[in-house]
Parts: sequence; C-alpha cells; structure tokens
Amino acid sequence: MADYDVPEIPEDIETPSLEPGTMGHLAPYPSVEKHMKPLGFPAAKVDNWQEEGIEKLGSMLEKYKSLQVFLDICVKCGACADKCHYYLGTKDPNNMPVARADLLRQVYRRYYTAAGKFAPGLVGAKDFDQETLDKWFTYYHQCSQCRRCSVFCPYGIDTAEITMAAREIMDAIGVGHKYTTEIVAKVHEVGNNLGIPKPALKGTLEFLEEDILETTGHDVRLPLDVEGADVLLVPPSADFFSEPHIMSLMGYAKVFHQAGISYTISSVASEAANFGMFIGSFEQKQKIAKRIAEQAQDLKVKRLVVGECGHAWRVAYSFWNTLNGPFDYLDPRYPAPQHICEFTHDLYQQGALTFDKEANDEYTVTMHDSCNVARASRMGPNPGGQFEIPRALIRATCNKYVEMDPETIREKTFCCGGGGGLLTDELMDLRIKGALPRVTALKRVMDQDGVNFLALICAICKAQFTKVLPMYGIPMDTVGGVHQLVSNAIQLGAKKGII
Amino acid sequence: MLTLLAYAVLGIFFIGFGRRLWIYSQAPAPLLIPTTPAPVTRLGVMGRLFREVVFFESLFKGDKLAWIASYLFHGALAVVLIRHIRYFVDPLPALFAHFQIFGILAGLAMVGGLGLLFLRRLVIDRVRYISSPSDYLVLLLLIGIGVTGLAMTFLFRPDIVTIKEVMTNLFSFSSLSLPLFSFGDALFILHLSLVGLLLVIFPFSKLMHMGGIFFSPTRNQVDNPREVRHVNPWDGQK
Ligand code: HEM
Ligand code: SF4
Ligand code: SF4
Repeated sequence: MADYDVPEIPEDIETPSLEPGTMGHLAPYPSVEKHMKPLGFPAAKVDNWQEEGIEKLGSMLEKYKSLQVFLDICVKCGACADKCHYYLGTKDPNNMPVARADLLRQVYRRYYTAAGKFAPGLVGAKDFDQETLDKWFTYYHQCSQCRRCSVFCPYGIDTAEITMAAREIMDAIGVGHKYTTEIVAKVHEVGNNLGIPKPALKGTLEFLEEDILETTGHDVRLPLDVEGADVLLVPPSADFFSEPHIMSLMGYAKVFHQAGISYTISSVASEAANFGMFIGSFEQKQKIAKRIAEQAQDLKVKRLVVGECGHAWRVAYSFWNTLNGPFDYLDPRYPAPQHICEFTHDLYQQGALTFDKEANDEYTVTMHDSCNVARASRMGPNPGGQFEIPRALIRATCNKYVEMDPETIREKTFCCGGGGGLLTDELMDLRIKGALPRVTALKRVMDQDGVNFLALICAICKAQFTKVLPMYGIPMDTVGGVHQLVSNAIQLGAKKGII
Repeated sequence: MLTLLAYAVLGIFFIGFGRRLWIYSQAPAPLLIPTTPAPVTRLGVMGRLFREVVFFESLFKGDKLAWIASYLFHGALAVVLIRHIRYFVDPLPALFAHFQIFGILAGLAMVGGLGLLFLRRLVIDRVRYISSPSDYLVLLLLIGIGVTGLAMTFLFRPDIVTIKEVMTNLFSFSSLSLPLFSFGDALFILHLSLVGLLLVIFPFSKLMHMGGIFFSPTRNQVDNPREVRHVNPWDGQK
C-alpha cells in the first residue's frame, strides 16, 4: 500500500488547476494473442495499423449516430471539463472529458472533415501516428464510461461512447487491453468472468445453503440449472465468491424463499456482467448476452431477474431486448428483464415480505448510485425509479439513512473509480485517485452523521471500494450491498404467500 | 459577379447544412443510449429537447458562467436575427416595426455575451487548454459581425433605403450591386462579407451544433427499451 500515492481527503470536492501529464505514464497491460484471437481481433498490432484504424473509424461513423454527431458538434464550452472524477482526482488535462474525446476528434477531423484536411492546425486536427495511438491507449483506459460528463453537456455528448469507439478501433488494429479481452475470452470459454466451472459453482451454492440453514434455521435454496423454474436469476459472478457480494446473493435467495417463487441460477449463464460493453463491440455484447436468452429458453423460465451489477443492468435493461429479443417466451406480465431491487420492492409492496429494521440498527446507511444504473437505465415505471426503488428498500430495512451531498448522488453520482473495464491492479493509481470525489462526499457524512455503511448495487463498485476505501483509512466493512441489508432484515418463517 | 458570389455563399450554407443534417438523420443508432433519467414518452422527449434548445437546461446544470454568457449571446442573436427581417421583407409586417429598440439592445447584449465567452476561453485554464485557434476565431468573427452591425447603427449610418433595395433585389433573383458612397456603406459591405464568411464555414465547423443538438441520441431517445423493442438496423442476426 505504501507504494501508492493516496491523496488527502479534502473538506469539499475541489476543481484543481491543470497539471499536464500526471497520468501519461499509466497505460494498462496490452492484450496478447491468447486473449485477442478468441474475440476475432488481430493477435498483435497489424502492420498497416494507421490505414486500418482510419478506415475502421470511417465505417463506425456510418454505424453510430452518437459518434458522428458527437465528433461534429462539441463547441468546446468546457461544461464537462470538471465533471470527470478522473480529472478531479488526477488533475491531468487529458482526463477532462472534452480533452479525452478530442484525442479521437483530432483524428476524425484530420481524415474526415474538410477543415482538418486543409487546415489541421487551425481546428486542432492531428495525424493518426504512434504518439496519438499511445495517448489513446493510455487515456481511453482512464475513462470508466460513467456518463457523468453527458449529464452536463448541452448536447448530451457522452464521452463513454467515444471511449468505446476508440477501444473498438484499437481492438480492430490489434492493440487490445489485456484485462477486458481476457475476461471476455473467459466468458466465452467458461460462462462467467471469474472462470468458475460448474462443480465449483455447485459447491459454493450448497455451502451457502448450509450456512443460511445454520444461521437462520431455514432451508433456503440456491438452485442450479433447474428446468421449469419460474425465474432465471442472473447475478454477477462476483456474487458467488467475493466479499461482500456474497451477502447480497444470500439476500436474493431469502427473498425468493420467502415469496415462495421458484427460481434457478444457470451454470452456463452464471454471469450478468458483459464486458463486451467495455470494449465497445456490438458483436461481443450480443454474443455474451445471447447465452442468457438461450438459457432462459432451455430452462423454460418465465421471468429474468438480474442481480446487483451496474453495467450489467445497463446491458440487460437497455440492450438485451435489442441484442436478444424479442422476449416473447417470457411471461408478459413482468418487465423483461427485472432488476432484483424491482423484484424485491414489488414483493415488499404487495406485503409478501416482512422486514425487521432493528436487525440493521448497527448501521447508519448511505447510498452510492452506480453510474450505469443511474445514468443509463431505469427501474420501475417512472424516470428516476433507479434512485427511488433501492432507497425505498434501504428505508424499509434500516432505521438510519442519510444522503450524501446532492451534487454527488442520483444522476450526478460520481463513479467509484473502477468501472468501465479498469478494475485491474496495474491501474490502481488511477483507481485510487478516481475514487477521491466519492470518498470526499462519503467521508463528510461519516464524520457528520456517523455513516458506517455504504450501500451499493454494483459488483464493480463493491470490489473497487473494498480495495480502495481502506487506503483512504475507511474500513473495508463499510462496503455492502442493498440486498445485504435485506438479508439482515428479512423475517423468514410463516409465509404470507402472494401468488 | 457579385450576385454569383452571394448565391454561391448561400448555396454552400444551405447545401452544406442540409447535407450534414441528412448524414445525422441517416446514421443508425444501434442501441438505446438516452442519458437517464429520461422521458418515457415521445412527448416527454420533445419537452426535453425544447428545454435544451430554449433554456440550455444541461448547460445550466453544468456551468453557470458559461450559461449566462452563452444565453446572453444566443438570446440576443435570436432577437437580432428577427429584427433583420426588416432588411429583407417589403412591406414589413407591423409586428416587426416595433422591434427597433430591442434590436439595438440585443446587438449590445450579443457582443457583450460574445466578449464574455471569449474572456472565459482565455482566462479559465481548462477552457484554454481545450481551445483550438478556430474556437477563438469563430468568436472573433461573430464579434466582428456584431461590432460592424452596431457601428452602422450608432456611428456611420449607411443608406438604409439603398440597402433594403439591394437585399430585396438579391432575394428576388435580380442582380446585386453594392453601393459605395460613404464610410457607412463600406461598413455595410464588411458586415455582409463577414456574415458570408460565417455562412461558408457554418456547415464545416462546430456551428453545426445548431442542427446536431436535435440528433443527439442521449437526448432525443425515449427511455422505453423494455416496452418497445429497438432494432439495430445493421445487426446481422436481428
Ligand atoms: C438551435 C439553435 C442553437 C442552440 C440551441 C445553441 C446552443 C448552444 C449552446 C448550449 C452552446 C454552449 C455554451 C457556450 O459555450 O456558449 C453554444 C455555443 C456556441 N454557439 Fe450556439 N446554439 C444555437 C445556434 C447558434 C448559432 C446560429 C450560432 C452562430 C451563428 C451559434 C454560435 C455559437 C458559438 C460560437 C458557440 C461557442 C461559444 C464559445 O466559444 O464558448 N449558435 N450554442
Ligand atoms: S464517461 Fe465518466 S470517466 Fe469517462 S470522461 Fe465522462 S466523466 Fe470521465
Ligand atoms: S460539455 Fe459538451 S459541448 Fe461542452 S466541451 Fe464538453 S463535450 Fe463539448
């Protein structure tokens, strides 16, 4: 830990002056043949990478309205500049969203606009050369695709879209990112990001069943590959093995148990996460998502419920219907897919669940909205349900709840610092600094209101915070899931039954 | 000759602008990516776009100073443009006859707003870092247009009757010939040339934000992916 430079936590989130180049050194590990090949990418940087890259950009302009429009219309107003947690934490000007997007825009202008062809210096156009590519590889892997910049941009320019495009171009010329490509390759091979094989998964689930039986006296099941169950539950695979993720998994199981709804986990589709989104590839997103639709059909379930995972929920909510649909084989009375928070909240409202709030009395809770849930999805029928529903669950299960600074929650939430395919150790310096705005807001409510539980609904947030908060002197067990609170408070026993 | 030039300028503007809009409208949107919370109905989306275009809602959230300067400039520009109708249309609709005083105030506000935007670009380190020469030049060009316009109003009045004649002639496809009798007339020619330059660069520059804002997927999409299946037009598998 001593090797990392952990910033002091300031009183308030501050916009720093620029310090060019502070993060120029921090590129992620490049991908290798073993991980690139299974994804259909060139094994190593191709010889004519400049031509190929420029051509790929051209073809993508014809495929993505977002890219075409965003590259054209930025007026360089700078409204987004101080909105990125990576800029706030690192002071590196290339981490200002507009500057990050400009790394690609410069190349777009040079090859695809009249102004950039004839007067590159005037409009800031640049050749696609090695220096530019190096900057791409560095700074497009310092964006967590959190979309905070898009909230404040007068045209909704979403730098996440630009980052995805740049990563897609780099993959196409054989310049991949090890962590993300390795994980996508693993999903295709084993079925989940962590590479957990079926017997290990079965073992874990059985162990959890025993554990719940021992602690509660109730025979709560975590079924695997059961055909004909009502619900296919798709959690992020971290829920099976990591702390504190696993506590939420037990929470989901108790909810199903108590509501008396049959469900199953699938060993083939044992992963909600979809790193296809991080590398920007539509085809990879689709391929990864397809496993889930296929399992839903094979197991003949009627509903799809997704566990606590931020980007997975974006892919499920916003993209599954496009990638996998139509979901005409599922029960049309329920949204397809449904978030576990929506699912639990519905049951609670129908009176199927009883919570004992006192079970969580040791906690004063605050909620961190995960970027992809907050700014790229919804829960329930109304806009903003993605904020209200998890909060309603927390309030139903806890007595003490506090909000952080309103500038740092809901659609203005700050990324945990580890999203977008950056949850890898070689980027730890970036992850620590990127967490600073969130840590600042959290520390304030810890000091003022005695907050000691940070409620999350994202596997990446959980992993990132358990690692990074301790470096800031905040105990690891501050971090937990919303369904961990549910798990603590839910009253098992006499079923009220609903259906 | 001059007539030809004038039509060439207008041609470049309208065809160039139209072509960009065509490209934006035709580019496919593979996935639904509205920045949420987003409206769940088409009507709601129209409201969202309306608020963006008329109030600069997101910019207001993002940067108050930029909003003030920008709103001053754009609002004033809108008024000035409306007021300019008097130079093109004969007879003038009664409504516009009363716009004169607003027009002058708006001219001042426009140049003031532009001045603020320019200063801001110079002074704030973040904004300076992201600025290319073209970003300053557009502002200077607009300031130039504003200042020549104001100078004609306050200092050296060109012959309004002649100018109106020139402009109405231009739009009725008769020939264009510029008067050059006084300093005011020279100012007018400069003003007109700068506007011409603006029109020519418009389709090739960030000024396309005026059209592009309506095509931004994060703002113009309805948040209803579960209710209505969105199909990616280039999805091989469908
Ligand atoms: C639908 C119409 C329009 C809308 C909604 C619109 C909106 C905006 C917004 C929100 C900004 C960003 C804030 C800023 O930095 O000023 C902006 C910037 C700008 N707009 Fe517009 N605009 C429109 C039309 C125009 C027109 C017709 C012109 C000029 C002929 C223009 C010139 C500019 C310039 C030069 C900037 C950059 C200002 C700077 O350097 O900071 N806009 N516009
Ligand atoms: S998407 Fe998030 S991480 Fe990326 S530039 Fe925007 S604010 Fe920064
Ligand atoms: S807020 Fe939007 S228009 Fe302004 S600089 Fe950032 S990306 Fe460009």
